[in-house]
Amino acid sequence: MNRATFPHRFLPWLLVLPQLLISLVFFYWPALQAMWQSTLKEDPFGLSSKFVGLENFRKVLSDPAYLNSIKVTAFFSVVTAFLSMSIALLLAVQAEKVLRGKAFYRTLMIWPYAVAPAIAGMLWLFMFNPSFGTLAWPLRQMGIDWDPLLNSGQAMGLVIAAASWKQISYNFLFFVAGLQAIPKSLIEAAAIDGAGSARRFWTIVFPLLAPTTFFLLVVNSVYALFDTFGIIHAVTGGGPGKATETLVYKVYNDGYNNFLLGSSAAQSVILMAIVITLTAFQFKYVERKVHYG
Amino acid sequence: MADLGMVGSSKRSRVVAHIFLILGVLIVAFPIYYVVIASTHTLQTILRPPLPLLPGAEGPANYGEAISGGIGRIGGVSVGRLLANTAIVAVGIAVGKIIISMASAYAMVFFRFPFRMACFWLIFITLMLPVEVRIMPTYKVMVQLHLIDTYAGLILPLIASATATLLFRQFFMTIPNELLEAARVDGAGPWRFFKDILLPLSTTNIAALFVILFIYGWTQYLWPLLVTNSNSMNTIVIALRKMISFADADTPWNLVMVTAVLAILPPVLVVVLMQRWFVKGLVETEK
Amino acid sequence: MATISLRDVRKTYAKAEVIHGVSIDVPDGEFVVIVGPSGCGKSTLLRMVAGLEAITSGEIAIGGRVVNDLEPRERDIAMVFQNYALYPHMTVFDNMAYGLKIANMPKAEIKARVDRAAGMLNLSDFLDRKPRALSGGQRQRVAMGRALVRDPAAFLFDEPLSNLDAKLRVQMRLQIKEMQRTVGTTSLYVTHDQTEAMTLADRLIVMNAGVAEQIDTPMAIYDRPANVFVAGFIGSPAMNFVSGTLEAGHLKTAGGQRIALPVPADQAGRSVTIGLRPEHLQTVDADHPGAMALRVRAVETLGADAYAHAVLQDDSTVELVVRVPGARRLSEGETLHVVPDADSLHVFDAATGARV
Repeated sequence: MNRATFPHRFLPWLLVLPQLLISLVFFYWPALQAMWQSTLKEDPFGLSSKFVGLENFRKVLSDPAYLNSIKVTAFFSVVTAFLSMSIALLLAVQAEKVLRGKAFYRTLMIWPYAVAPAIAGMLWLFMFNPSFGTLAWPLRQMGIDWDPLLNSGQAMGLVIAAASWKQISYNFLFFVAGLQAIPKSLIEAAAIDGAGSARRFWTIVFPLLAPTTFFLLVVNSVYALFDTFGIIHAVTGGGPGKATETLVYKVYNDGYNNFLLGSSAAQSVILMAIVITLTAFQFKYVERKVHYG
Repeated sequence: MADLGMVGSSKRSRVVAHIFLILGVLIVAFPIYYVVIASTHTLQTILRPPLPLLPGAEGPANYGEAISGGIGRIGGVSVGRLLANTAIVAVGIAVGKIIISMASAYAMVFFRFPFRMACFWLIFITLMLPVEVRIMPTYKVMVQLHLIDTYAGLILPLIASATATLLFRQFFMTIPNELLEAARVDGAGPWRFFKDILLPLSTTNIAALFVILFIYGWTQYLWPLLVTNSNSMNTIVIALRKMISFADADTPWNLVMVTAVLAILPPVLVVVLMQRWFVKGLVETEK
Repeated sequence: MATISLRDVRKTYAKAEVIHGVSIDVPDGEFVVIVGPSGCGKSTLLRMVAGLEAITSGEIAIGGRVVNDLEPRERDIAMVFQNYALYPHMTVFDNMAYGLKIANMPKAEIKARVDRAAGMLNLSDFLDRKPRALSGGQRQRVAMGRALVRDPAAFLFDEPLSNLDAKLRVQMRLQIKEMQRTVGTTSLYVTHDQTEAMTLADRLIVMNAGVAEQIDTPMAIYDRPANVFVAGFIGSPAMNFVSGTLEAGHLKTAGGQRIALPVPADQAGRSVTIGLRPEHLQTVDADHPGAMALRVRAVETLGADAYAHAVLQDDSTVELVVRVPGARRLSEGETLHVVPDADSLHVFDAATGARV
C-alpha cells in the first residue's frame, strides 16, 4: 500500500534543507575539490597549478612509499580484524554457555567501545612504554630488546594490539546477538544426531553465524582503514621509519604536513574508491538483519 | 546430567567458560584499570616500574592539580576547559545529528515532493565520503568559512549523518498509515503529528542514537586535530596527545594519567549506564 | 449532522481510472453501507469523503458544503479505521480526547464528552489504560469512542469489524447500529461482508470495479437485484445461476435440458441468465409438475438448515445449491426434486447482465 502522507509541498523542502546544505558544503564540495585537485600539479608555494590529468595517480601508484603503505595497511587490517573477531567470538560463545553473570560480563566487556582510538593507543603505550611501562618491564627483564618506538615489528604489534583491543567490544556484542538468533532447536537436533560440542560449533553454529561474521568483516575493515588513524597518529606517527604508515595516515601526512596537495588528493580519491567498494559490498552482499535479543 | 535443558553446557564446560570470560574481562579491562591506578601515584612511582597494582595516595593531589590548575604543556589550559569543550562537541554532534536527520527522514517518509529520491540519494552517498578521504579540501572550506577554532567548526561538518537519517527513515516507515490518517482526521497537521505522535514513539530510538552519537562525538580525533590550532579549543583527546612526549623526560605522567582517566570516564559512564539503549542503538544503526 | 452528497466522483491513479463516476445522496441521519469485493474501490471512495485521498473530478459535499479541497480536519467528520489506529503511547482517555484538544476545547468539556462516550461504550473502567492493555473488542470500542466524542457531521467506518472474531463481530454490529440510532449521525460504512451490510444498512450501495451497481434498501436489493453481479453478491449462500434460452414455458439450458419456468410470451427466444436463490427452491415429490430432478453431490448441515450442493440429473454442468430443512437427512448421490418459487425468479439478460 502507498505511504500515507501530508499534502504539503514547501514544508518538506524546509525539513531536508539543513542536512542537504551541510552535505553539500562539507561533503560534496570538498569531495569534488579532492577529485579536481588530484588532476592538478602545484608548485611548492601553492602559487600556481596546472592540469596534469592522471599524472598524480601514476606517481602515487608507482611510489614505493605508497606501495609500502598499502602493504602496511593490508597487514594491519587483516591481523586486527582477525584478532579482534576471533577473541570476540570465543568470548561470545563462552558467554552463551554460562547461566549466571551474563549481564555482568557484558557490562565489563563493552568499556573499550567508549574509549577513543587515540586514547586506546596511548593506554597500550603506557603499559608497554620502554622506559616505565609496567608490562614492558618484564620483557626487558627477560632480556628482550623491547622498544616499540624504535623497532618496527614491535611498533606494528603494539598498534595492532591497541586497535584489536578497542574493537573487541563491538564484535562481542554482535556475535552475542548473532548467537542468540540461532534457534536452540537446531543445536538440540544436532546433539540428538550425536554431534559433540566442538562439532556442533563448527558444523551448525559457525555456518549460521556467517552473516554476522561477514558483516563484521566489512565493518572491521572500514574500522582498521579509517578509525585507527588516531591510534597511529598518537602512538607511532607512522614510524619508526614508515613501518606503521597506513593509507589514511599518509593522506594526512602528505597533505597537512608536507603540502603535497596533488598527491594527497590523488590518494584521497583512491581511498574514496575503496570506501565505495566496501559500502557497495556491504549493501549488496551482507545480510544485514542482525537482531539483538 | 543436571543441565537445565542447555545442550552442551555441562557444569565443567560452564566452569571453563567462566575462566575464559574472566580472562577476557581482564584483558579488556586491564588497560583502563592500569591508567586509573597510575593516576593515583606520584610521578616518581609511575616512572619506576613495575607500577603497584593498588591505588596510591596521590589521587586527590593529582586530580586537583589537573582540574583546577592549568597544564603547562598545553599552554596552561585546564582539564576542566578541555572536558567542557569535549562535552560541547559531543552533545552538539549528538543533538545536531538527531535533529537534522529526524527532520530530513520525516520529510522523506511523510511527504511527497519533487526530487525526493534525489535528496535521499544525496544523503545516502555521504556514507561513502568519510572525513578521511577529503581531508585537505574540507580543511580549506573550514578556513574559508572562518570556522577554524570554533565550536561550529568542530560540530557542523560532523552532523550530517546518513546513518541516523536511514535509521529514522526505517523506523518511520514502520508507523502504520492509519495512525497518520487518524491524526489528520483528528485535526493534527504536520507539526502536531510530529510532536504528539511521532516524537513520543521515537524516544527509544532517540535515546539509543544519542548514546552512539555521543561516543562518536567524544572520540573524534582527526577532525578536531585539523580544525583546532588554539590549545583552548582542543578536545581532551587531542590535548592528551599534545601533553605526551615519549622521548621527552619532563612529561607530567601523573597529570597525563589523570587526563586520560577523565577523557575515558564520561563516555564509559554513558555506555554503562545507558547500556540497554547503547546495545539497541549499536545493533540498529548498523542494520 | 448533515447530508453527504457525491456528484459524479472519479479517481484516477497513474492514468488508470479506479472510480468511474459515483453519485450518491445520503440524507441526514441515514446509515449507508458501501459493500463490494476487495479492490472494488469502496475504501477509496470513503477515503475521498474523509479527505485522505484527492478527488480527480466530481464533487463531494458534506452538509451542503463542497469539501473537495478541504483538509480532513476541516470536513467535520470522524473516522473508524480497520486496525483502529489508536495512538499506542496515549491512554484511552487521551486517545479519545486528542481531536478535542487540538480543537482547543475547554478541559471540562473534553472530560464530560469523553466520560459520556466511555459510558455508552462500557469503557469507563479502562480510561487510564494504554491500547496494548486492551482486548481487540475494547480497542474497537475506543476507536468508536474517538469518533463519538467529536460529535461530527458524519461518521465514516472503514471495515471496522474485520479484525474481530466472528462472535464479537455480531455483537459489535448490534452495538454500532444502536449507537448510530442513539446519536442519529449520518454514517457511511464500508465492508466486504454482505451479512454485515444487510444487517446494518438503512441503505446499501453495492460497488463493483469502481462503479456503484445498485443503491437501495437492503431488502429491495435482495428482492430485486439490478444485475447479475449484485444478485450474486447479496444473499448467503449465493444465488444460483443457470444460463440458457427462453422458450414458451421453460428455459432451455446450454446442455439442451428444459427447465419449466413461467416465461412471458414476449421474452421467448431471448438468451438469459436465470437466478434462483437457494432458499427459493422448494423440494417437492417426484411427480410434481415441472419438478427438476437433481443429484446431490454434497451436503452442508448447519443445524436448522442444510444446503444441498446438487447438479441437474440430466445436465451435470448446471449446479444448484438448495436450502432444505436441517431435519431432512440427505445423503450424497440421492435424488432431489425441486421447483423454483415463481415469485422469486430473477431473469437477467445474458449479454449485459442487467435485470430483465
